[in-house]
Amino acid sequence: MNAPLLEVWNLCAFYGRAQVLFDLTFRLQAGEVMALVGRNGAGKTTTLKAIMGLVSASAKQATFKGHSLARLPTYKIARLGLGYVPEDRRIFTDLTVEENLVTGRRPAPAGRSPWTPERLFRLFPNLAEMRGRRGNQMSGGEQQMLAIARTLMGNPDAILLDEPSEGIAPVIVQMMAEAIRAMKAEGVAVLLSEQNWAFAAGISDQACVIERGEIRFQGSMAELMANEALRADALGV
Amino acid sequence: MDPAFLAVQALSGLSSASSLFITACGLTIVFGVTRIVNFAHGSLYMIGAYTAATLVPRLLELSFGPVTFWAGILASAVIVGLIGVIIEVLLLRRIYGAPELFQLLATFGVVLVVQDLVVQVFGPQDILGPRAPGLRAPVEILGRRFPSYELVLIAAGPIVLGLVWLLLRKTRFGVLVRAATQDRDMVASLGVNQALLFTGTLFLGAFLAGLGGALQIPRVSANTGMDLSIIAEAFVVTVVGGMGSVPGAFLAALIIGQLQAFGILIFPKSTLVVVFLLMAVVLAIRPHGFFGRAEIVGGTHAVGISSRAPLPGRQLILLVVIAVLAAFPLLADAYLLKVATEILIFALFAFSLQLLIGVGGVVSFGHAAFFGLGAYGAALAVKWYGVSMEAALPLGLALAALGACLVGAFVVRLSGIYLAMMTLAAAQILYAVAFQWVDVTGGDNGIVGVWPSSWASGPAPYYLLTAALTVVTVLLLKRIIDAPFGYALRAARDSESRAEAIGLKVRQHRWMAFMIAGAAAGLAGGLYAFSRGSVDPSLLGISTSVDALTMLLLGGIQTVMGPLVGAAALHALRDWIMPLTSLWRLLLGLSIIAMVLIFPRGLVGTVRDWWEARA
Repeated sequence: MNAPLLEVWNLCAFYGRAQVLFDLTFRLQAGEVMALVGRNGAGKTTTLKAIMGLVSASAKQATFKGHSLARLPTYKIARLGLGYVPEDRRIFTDLTVEENLVTGRRPAPAGRSPWTPERLFRLFPNLAEMRGRRGNQMSGGEQQMLAIARTLMGNPDAILLDEPSEGIAPVIVQMMAEAIRAMKAEGVAVLLSEQNWAFAAGISDQACVIERGEIRFQGSMAELMANEALRADALGV
Repeated sequence: MDPAFLAVQALSGLSSASSLFITACGLTIVFGVTRIVNFAHGSLYMIGAYTAATLVPRLLELSFGPVTFWAGILASAVIVGLIGVIIEVLLLRRIYGAPELFQLLATFGVVLVVQDLVVQVFGPQDILGPRAPGLRAPVEILGRRFPSYELVLIAAGPIVLGLVWLLLRKTRFGVLVRAATQDRDMVASLGVNQALLFTGTLFLGAFLAGLGGALQIPRVSANTGMDLSIIAEAFVVTVVGGMGSVPGAFLAALIIGQLQAFGILIFPKSTLVVVFLLMAVVLAIRPHGFFGRAEIVGGTHAVGISSRAPLPGRQLILLVVIAVLAAFPLLADAYLLKVATEILIFALFAFSLQLLIGVGGVVSFGHAAFFGLGAYGAALAVKWYGVSMEAALPLGLALAALGACLVGAFVVRLSGIYLAMMTLAAAQILYAVAFQWVDVTGGDNGIVGVWPSSWASGPAPYYLLTAALTVVTVLLLKRIIDAPFGYALRAARDSESRAEAIGLKVRQHRWMAFMIAGAAAGLAGGLYAFSRGSVDPSLLGISTSVDALTMLLLGGIQTVMGPLVGAAALHALRDWIMPLTSLWRLLLGLSIIAMVLIFPRGLVGTVRDWWEARA
């Protein structure tokens, strides 16, 4: 087995004095899609935030492409090639679509063809029609596409994608699934936090079940699909 | 009215609008990105004026001409920009996450430091700058002479607006600055080094402040009062325009320029009042200014007291404290009694502010308004109606409560930094009234001959009266803090929406708290007036408000009794150190900054944490 792209061990996080994550350990291989599934409040979003260094009280051991993330500020983690799309999308609503893309722009590693607005507009044709529109005049689904496109502008090796299907019309969820497959085809690994089981099951290679801040299961998606008892107990599906 | 006169008046309004916009634009950009309201922005403006007034004449000696003049102005602005970078790296960077009260206080600390440093570097006398080569002759407009330099200034505002617009719209730096204005964490998640972005923003902001100051040198001489006068106006411009909005600042500056130009015709002595009234009206209608938005607020502001188990034996401690206070006249001489009286008065003043800030989360930056109203209310009653102290003290208290009722009605609609600015504005309006309404208030000289009744005159009796009133009022306020009303205030402080959701009338509670705190401050003010025998406008000034805030900070904002200890500590330090040095403001400023950075919990908080950690 190759060295993992992202490796996390003993990740703990606290809100105030309450511990919400307990010694999470998992790895993400290059080019694969891993779903982080679990009930509401299980700690999925916090896991992604803690990896990015956005939870002030967290302790972690983590490496990305062999670099330790333990003490790095958020922007340096992002510069290593780890993209982050937050759950509430956090589009810059005052900025136009094209300006939002500019904020994410970072040079591509040598030998890789960089993501350009034009390529991203082919991936998300809806965005192409609204280049000059401001973020506050876009639907939730369009904002979600823009959030993913903005992160791809940084030419990441992996993306932490938080609840991309939340609050979005079913037809757009379909487009999201296709976009994630397209990203995978480009060699971008995805760590996907999802509540929408059907969506997650359809696009992921690996799965990681979180329950009350602890890892309950880790393995291939096929394995999790087969284990009905665990699914019913931990996920209710 | 003569149309030529109106035209000239309008033009001079435009030129002051331009100068004001250039300075305020820097303030609003810095706030937009860093969310810090930089009190020291006015100091940067002042440094810009001093630097240009010193540098430009030397350059003109080397080579006389317009190019040299304008190069000197720009060079001064760049120097100020670099000073802004130093302030960012040394101070601001460390307080981006701090409560906004601490941010305001720390940058006010910079104001104090700069005031003393400017005198050290440039000397105490005003410096008159050179006039601009090529622009010395006035032009004729409808038969009236108008300085041609003012026409250049009128053009400078829109030029700066255009350049800033280009920078923010057409460069990646600008796009990132605008993105960071909205969501700093997200910008970092996209791989942008915020530290560099913030330093760059501070350079831009300080450059604009320096430019604003440097452009003044042919019009006014550089002087040590420039910082606070421009910062008050720049605050108004940014608040009225909407914090963080450059076009808003431009619009607000235009309106304020005209108001000042024509306000002189209506209220010849009180242009400041007109300007602050505009702010009050705009905020009453649009709580976030012309183009400001609700989501752009300052730093976190929920710091304050929290519940803890009552101290064992607190009744005994209280009795001992009262006994010591009562027995003090037996031990102390007249001078010590005088000092102790002042400490008690300021302890009461600071404690009343704690009800607003520590309990209510209402960060008032103009609490001196009510201290001053109490003092002036009592003094005016004595001077104009000849009443005795027994009647004058309640009258002062009532005037302060009435003032707090009026100001509070506006203030409780606001939150965060807008609230701080509105309270500051209220205090400044009253300051201007006291300063400019000479016939009634005595203006700068104030009112003298405010002496206590014969039974209370003399250091010991007056001390005992003050001690009794202070103890009773503090106990009363403490009771209010521990009552359901106090809990409701704290709930609203920690989460306004949750407090409303459980049915608390947040605004009404805050309004009530504002009046109670105002009344208590008014009592303190009245006591102060009789202790000194006089009042003057400085009682209403920014520095009096900041004194109270410093006492709070020094004692510990998260403790109920902190303000009392803070008042004693600050007063004692001042009495001890001030006679020894001419650099008192520098020391005070550095101490405030050090407290914010190192001791944010204050004396009482630090001791208590140490005690609890040991137990």
